[in-house]
Amino acid sequence: MINEPQNPAGPLANIRVCDFSGILAGAGATKFLAAFGAEVIRIEDPVRQGRWDMIRGRPPYVDERSGINLGGGWNNHNVGKLGVTINLKHERGKALAWRLIETCSVLTENFAAGVLDRLGFSYQAVTRVRPEMIYATNCGFGHTGPYSTYKSMGPIAQAASGLTFASGLPDQEPAGYGYSYMDHTAAYYMAMAIMMAIHYRNRTGEGQYVDVAATEAGAVLHGAAVLDYTVNRRPQRRHGMPDANHSHSPAMAPHNIYPCIGDDNWIAIACRNDVDWLALKNEVGTSWVNDAGFDTLTERLARETELDALMASWTQGFDKIELSDRLQSAALPAAPVRKPGERIDGDANTSDWGLWPSVQHTEMGEVRVDGIPAHLSKTDWQMRKASPCLGEDNDYVFGELLGLSDRDIDALREDGAI
Amino acid sequence: MNTPRALDDLRIIEWCDEKGAWAGKLLADMGAELIKIEPPGSGDATRQYGPFVDDSPHPERSLWFWNYNTGKKSITLDLTCEQGQTLFKELVKGADAVIESQSPGLAESLGIDYRQVTASNPRLIWLSMTSFGRHGARKDELATDLTLLAGGGIAWMNGYDDHTLPPVRGGGNQGYHTGCHYGVLSLLVALLHRDQTDEGQFIDVNFNAAINVTTEAGSFRWLVANQQVERQTGRHAGLAPSNPSQVQCADGRYVNLNFAARTPAMFKVIHDWLGELDLLHSFEATELLRAGMDRGPITAEELRTEPKVRDMLTAAREALIFIAKEIDAYDFFRYGQDHGLLVSIIYSPEEMIDDEHFQSRGMAVAVEHPELDRTITYPGSPYKLSKTPWHITRRPPLAGEDNQEVYEALGFSPDEIRSFTRDGVI
Repeated sequence: MINEPQNPAGPLANIRVCDFSGILAGAGATKFLAAFGAEVIRIEDPVRQGRWDMIRGRPPYVDERSGINLGGGWNNHNVGKLGVTINLKHERGKALAWRLIETCSVLTENFAAGVLDRLGFSYQAVTRVRPEMIYATNCGFGHTGPYSTYKSMGPIAQAASGLTFASGLPDQEPAGYGYSYMDHTAAYYMAMAIMMAIHYRNRTGEGQYVDVAATEAGAVLHGAAVLDYTVNRRPQRRHGMPDANHSHSPAMAPHNIYPCIGDDNWIAIACRNDVDWLALKNEVGTSWVNDAGFDTLTERLARETELDALMASWTQGFDKIELSDRLQSAALPAAPVRKPGERIDGDANTSDWGLWPSVQHTEMGEVRVDGIPAHLSKTDWQMRKASPCLGEDNDYVFGELLGLSDRDIDALREDGAI
Repeated sequence: MNTPRALDDLRIIEWCDEKGAWAGKLLADMGAELIKIEPPGSGDATRQYGPFVDDSPHPERSLWFWNYNTGKKSITLDLTCEQGQTLFKELVKGADAVIESQSPGLAESLGIDYRQVTASNPRLIWLSMTSFGRHGARKDELATDLTLLAGGGIAWMNGYDDHTLPPVRGGGNQGYHTGCHYGVLSLLVALLHRDQTDEGQFIDVNFNAAINVTTEAGSFRWLVANQQVERQTGRHAGLAPSNPSQVQCADGRYVNLNFAARTPAMFKVIHDWLGELDLLHSFEATELLRAGMDRGPITAEELRTEPKVRDMLTAAREALIFIAKEIDAYDFFRYGQDHGLLVSIIYSPEEMIDDEHFQSRGMAVAVEHPELDRTITYPGSPYKLSKTPWHITRRPPLAGEDNQEVYEALGFSPDEIRSFTRDGVI
């Protein structure tokens, strides 16, 4: 049955979430909760057909069809949720949202700071009707401070937090992240904070307000570099930095991503210590590697650029997977830089894990999605239900959960409230 | 501190190498009692990782160690000897969770794995965090942060337009962090289950899998349509090249300005900004900016079908690039965002921690280090919970600092503890 939670016996099955969030920074958090059984009711705007969430209806598509219900990324981030439409600017829509809120114990949102307050659903207002509500907000720069009105998307949050800068090669501009790392990670922190708050509520009966900022989710992720500055006054903005493919802490050399045979094929090799170096020497086998001036880590670090060039001249003659397997057999950490198809369809470690479950979507049909990289022995996750089409669960949520009659629901529809 | 903490009812034993320590820190900073097990003698291996305080290497001066271990307690314990294994089992009897990131099979070979310890404590949650999970052909492969990010798909996403340059892993151990995020998430799920049922369980977290599902379009483009995204300098990897997003400003620092102006108000902001900087006459396409001000918001349909509309968007973009090159990155960021434009300065980590906004929200946290007679500024919290705040209760522990307290609480006398020390068990 399409309206049932996908994991009805899951550990979070007693949690109903009133979900105003979206994109990935919010949607990723509630997707995780839904996988463990939470009943997540995602609220979308009927007037704009849910397009506040810019991923809604956007490519990729499973076939030649396109449309608001057919976005592959949106489906990926919203599996297992129920979907309703409510016009929050409409008086009857507002009243309906309040009825829904009264039945939920967690509320999530990631509008720009202040938007939900202005719509009338502030933490203060919500806790008047649901004192024990866990009210979790998530935006770029947080709800206080000089930049609280500033707009953000993943790339903006990554830039402001220091992450973009720290991802690069010497003497190049920042390489940054080729995806919204901070949408993913802000979602992880949002889900963590919600579950911590639930645990506290289980003990005390009290809800609370949770404020997540994507810029801060990024700012905490390079602490050793921050400490090197606050303690030693050594900035990362200095000559030769950033230097992300080398390892300064702990010091390792050679440690880099090197070319292999074929188009844009690479291998990562980490030589952790002098014992690894002996093993690597044995594998390389050509004359340069016997230079005694490479025998200690200190020497290899001092000649790292030269060493990288020699390593590249060696690796470029090999297939990345064959070479990686060979180095692993010699007890050396190595891995091919896997392309999307190679890690999704060619790595048994992901497929055997069940990492790419298929879900059945009402319009798209069967489609694969990102699963969860953990297995719990007693209460594992499940993903069976796809993302909802726009308003797909209106009748179930407004009718069965809130007790409205068919006639009431029709009237709301005609009135433009849903 | 009398403020309640979200996890202050939990006692967690941490047996982690460099991969897993971040998970313990996240839990400790939310109030859990985290007891970190270190080998007797030299202590945890990461105490040897630089950078060090004043560049002076010492196990109690490692900034790596400090970053990952605030608020934890430390005990030393040799798990390779029988007496050490007995002490571990005693310790686990009174614990809520064990978190470990050792190689698959190690705990079993020492006789201290989940199966062996749950008889005395069925409420125990055991979180295992390994590079490739606990089963399957690759479970014993060796990995570091670099090789995990390469094999798991993140390196493929990051780098430069010039594909003769290698993919870039992203700095700061993000592979480890991503695995730990799923470790904490899973542990919390198991905790909420235990809140209802009083039963513990075993959790198997796979870092390679965690990285695989943290690549946004890198995964879903392939999963849905077998499309392969290609890396680009400083912006989302895509199917086809997109416009460059970064500009080097007058002061040498970069800004990100990847989001197009589409509304009349945005065209006006850009136009007026040029005016304020007295640059209107030196920018060639001001007419197109004015055209953007004098019409309705640009729709996706118009963008596809009307060349003039495309030209207007290009003009807005070029005007921003033109402005960015003329002024300093910080001024560009502030003015742009103050006027509603989605732009950012690309801060280095130290510039972030010095910034007034991050400081006003408490990102710079002072922690006392009495042994050094110094107050050290740490990065703060990724979330703010109004009633149960994130908080660093104590500086990272000295190796074995809490032996006395922890072993006494297990019922051992001072004499027994002295003999454990003498025998190298702790």
